[in-house]
Amino acid sequence: MTDTRIKPIVMPKWGLSMAEGKVTGWLKPEGTAIAIGDEIVEVETDKIAGVVEAGDAGVLRRTLGTPGTVYPVKALIGVLADADVPDAEIDAFVAAFAVPEEAGAGEEAAGPRYEFVDTPAGRLRYARRGEGEKTVVLVHGFGGDLDNWLFNIDALAGAATVYALDLPGHGQSDKAVGEANLAFLSGALIAFMDALAIPRAHLVGHSMGGAVASASALEHPERVASLALIGSAGLGPEINSGYTDGFVAAGSRRDMKPVLEQLFHDPGTVTRQLIEDILKYKRLDGVDSALTALSANLFPAERQTHVLADRLKQTDAPILVVWGETDRVIPAAHAGALEGRATVEVLPGAGHMVQMEKSGRVNELLLDHLKR
Amino acid sequence: MSITSPMQTADGALSNNPIPLEKDALLAAYRTMRTIRDFEERLHVEFAKGDIPGFVHLYAGEEACATGIMMHLTDSDRIASTHRGHGHCIAKGVDVEEMMAEIYGKSSGSCRGKGGSMHIADLSKGMMGANGILGAGAPLICGAALAAKCRGDGGVGITFFGDGAANQGTVLESMNLAAVWNLPVIFVLENNGYAEATSVTYATGVDNFLDRAHGFGLPGVSVDGTDFFAVHKAAGELIAKARAGGGPALLECKMVRFYGHFEGDSQTYKAKGENDFNRLNRDCLKIFADRVTAAGIVSDAEIALMDREVANLIDDAVSSAKSAPQPTPQELTSDVYVSY
Amino acid sequence: MSRTLSFKLAINEALDLEMRRDPSVILLGEDIVGGSGSPGEMDAWGGVLGVTKGLYGKHGNRLMDTPLSESAYIGAAIGAAACGMRPVAELMFLDFMGVCFDQILNQAAKFRYMFGGKAKTPVVIRAMVGAGFRAAAQHSQMLTPMFTHVPGLKVVCPSNAYDAKGLLIQSIRDDDPVIFCEHKNLYASEADVPAEPYAIPFGEANVVRDGRDVTIVSYGLTVHRALEAAQTLSKRSGIEAEVIDLRTLSPIDWDTVIESVENTGRLVVVDEANPRCSIATDVAAYVAQQAFGALKAAPQMVTAPHTPVPFSPALEDLYIPSADAIAAAVLKTHPQALAA
Repeated sequence: MTDTRIKPIVMPKWGLSMAEGKVTGWLKPEGTAIAIGDEIVEVETDKIAGVVEAGDAGVLRRTLGTPGTVYPVKALIGVLADADVPDAEIDAFVAAFAVPEEAGAGEEAAGPRYEFVDTPAGRLRYARRGEGEKTVVLVHGFGGDLDNWLFNIDALAGAATVYALDLPGHGQSDKAVGEANLAFLSGALIAFMDALAIPRAHLVGHSMGGAVASASALEHPERVASLALIGSAGLGPEINSGYTDGFVAAGSRRDMKPVLEQLFHDPGTVTRQLIEDILKYKRLDGVDSALTALSANLFPAERQTHVLADRLKQTDAPILVVWGETDRVIPAAHAGALEGRATVEVLPGAGHMVQMEKSGRVNELLLDHLKR
Repeated sequence: MSITSPMQTADGALSNNPIPLEKDALLAAYRTMRTIRDFEERLHVEFAKGDIPGFVHLYAGEEACATGIMMHLTDSDRIASTHRGHGHCIAKGVDVEEMMAEIYGKSSGSCRGKGGSMHIADLSKGMMGANGILGAGAPLICGAALAAKCRGDGGVGITFFGDGAANQGTVLESMNLAAVWNLPVIFVLENNGYAEATSVTYATGVDNFLDRAHGFGLPGVSVDGTDFFAVHKAAGELIAKARAGGGPALLECKMVRFYGHFEGDSQTYKAKGENDFNRLNRDCLKIFADRVTAAGIVSDAEIALMDREVANLIDDAVSSAKSAPQPTPQELTSDVYVSY
Repeated sequence: MSRTLSFKLAINEALDLEMRRDPSVILLGEDIVGGSGSPGEMDAWGGVLGVTKGLYGKHGNRLMDTPLSESAYIGAAIGAAACGMRPVAELMFLDFMGVCFDQILNQAAKFRYMFGGKAKTPVVIRAMVGAGFRAAAQHSQMLTPMFTHVPGLKVVCPSNAYDAKGLLIQSIRDDDPVIFCEHKNLYASEADVPAEPYAIPFGEANVVRDGRDVTIVSYGLTVHRALEAAQTLSKRSGIEAEVIDLRTLSPIDWDTVIESVENTGRLVVVDEANPRCSIATDVAAYVAQQAFGALKAAPQMVTAPHTPVPFSPALEDLYIPSADAIAAAVLKTHPQALAA
């Protein structure tokens, strides 16, 4: 019988591909009182380094995960409990803890990791999670893919049917990008929704994906229930072309690393595997020309071609704006562009990839936003 | 017919057959042969002065072969040449000034001074390179012919090799490959009687090279290589057949080498008076000029005019080669992957 | 779309995709189709180990079985490359270079430089390398250093299916001759391989394991032995080895090697080739010259012994550098770990 006052901290599962993770360091010592959302322990996967945030409150009674050691997903790495729970009970809990078996054959039961759908904008890859009445579509940014939502998609799946797609030219979708402009990308998003018979969705866009979502909302207001714009393009004129140009130009690990480091508040987040995965994408035929064309059309010379803030102010759908305070790609000042019209939150200690770096808080904000 | 020694005069060199070419073509043929001759004679002189680096192998005496064959080709037909390649280059249309500059090792050379006499090439003219490796051109020209066949562009490939390289495995393997794939290749055996200093009669197990062709299932034709018209006619037939998909063939041109294997060769292995005899009796240029003037198609004055023009061309080529700049030190490491 | 694919099928897919993309890509080799002219079925073999199996059905006569005549068909591939095709020739076993080396060494490798940058030779020569197949002395050698010694050649030796596909596509698109070495004992190994075409640039080593204590540099099969050794060392001695897969030996990614050694201060090079004048000596010498100040211990080399490859499994198993030998070499760079 498990004492409900004792809460396990387990190795998280970030996305379906994650099987294990390495504890890299505890952010709180044993004995610390923890509130929900507090950052407790740092974990690194072969893809990315992240922070486990508390899902429960309590005193951090045990830090079992040894830094530098790899644990399987759902392995016990720490224990939270009320201060008055005796040590003996906690030891018994630890001794009795068993990694829960996944229902069925794991991935198969959860459906395939990815699916593909043919649209007029090409064959697009997407992931689908959850069965909620509401529909959420997650739209990644320039050079990104659906895995940019690794820390968000499962959290949102409890409240909605969540789709994350690879835009044309990105991830494993077709690499043709038409005129390589915002209209093509937002058209592709609508085509994606058409192909999957999604009449109306809450659009969540990151960076360039924010501009894509915004353009879709402006062109097809009837299809967009709400907008969540994260570190979004389209809200102000400035953009760090050093990042976008560098991303397009870099062909080697050494060139790519400093470029990707600009994405994060903590450059240490960029692992060797993350760089290698990006390079694997960039090596695919057609990617270079797609990114070159998109970058030239959307972000020429430190300027964004489309600033949609004023038009967005004229729309009715709820808008959430989230930014990482130390965003080095699109300045956090742009968060103010929809002040008064949107719910705006700028998160400290996060850079451009705020939805990964502060996933717990971003997920909370998104779930609140969906309730509106 | 047995393998001829250079002292023998081939039959039919001054045949009385009607001349099958128009005057313009005859003038062009003469100009090419004269250009090769003057180019080589001048190199003989200049080399002795010590201005030319390395070594050169002269084609003088063999001009009718290169010229008679190349007149059937366009720039999109390919040839693979030999160490004795100046004549092939000139007949295939490589720029004479650039060739001379290349032989002087200058940056204005055909290969920017990086190839030299033995590696002059101009792919834009279908000249795939002189070659310092005997017999190496045969597999390469199979590839060129294969490329033409894949593209269906009707192109042919000609590989030249001497009686020495005729014994290289590459040549024999290539004859087989060309037969197996029915490639549009003509194997041109330039038999001047000497592999460097060794006689063809010593170094070859068969009495007749055509037996080699037959052994690989190739038709073979042997002609007097000092007779431009004989070469031109035989080559024309074989090339037309190959172009039309009729497959490869061997063309043996029996000819004479006025100079040694390379410049500086004392040629003591030759018979006494052999070079003089050949100059007098087996000079393909003289044979050609005599025949076209005797037929009244080309006048002595026209020949003399062309001789002067060619002499001027070679003079200009030598003086411009001499005054051309050396390659810059950066040229040492350009045009190749350099990792250090 | 990405899925698990074997090294062998990754190569097959690379050839298929490039043949679809570029009509100038053709395949030549002994039994790469298999059954040509025979009474039974075509595509009987698809290469001796079935690497090209099925491509005949998709691309027909763009795959050509050759006579057992390496000089001729390797040379033909090179000649066709010089004439605008992008041939991929299969040499079956790299050991067979002995019968066609002139075409690689003196022809393909030289054209671009020797012709002053005016020629390109986009040929790929695929061949099996390496021991462990009980194939004895003439079918098992790791002859990579023979080719890295030659300027003008590019030398590739992938360690996994993902790299095999991307490096082969790059090889076909590259304008220089590429020697593409396929370790026969890797053919069955599997990796995640995108279905789309992609090219891995040359001269970009892959850091396959991060580590702070020692740099292990290798390529081909022995990358896996190095990883095995690294895992053992991590568990037993707490030594964290950084493992670098060179991927391409010419060009070679010196920057990644030097950067790593500057971090770790220690170097072990693992090379399946014989020890003299090998990739191992090359890397050790370069690091000693460029990063001497960073070295905390003498660089170590783990190579095959200086013997031919033996036949007996008992002996051959001793021939290829083992994970134990690599771990032992790493410990030599950590005297304090040895003492403990």
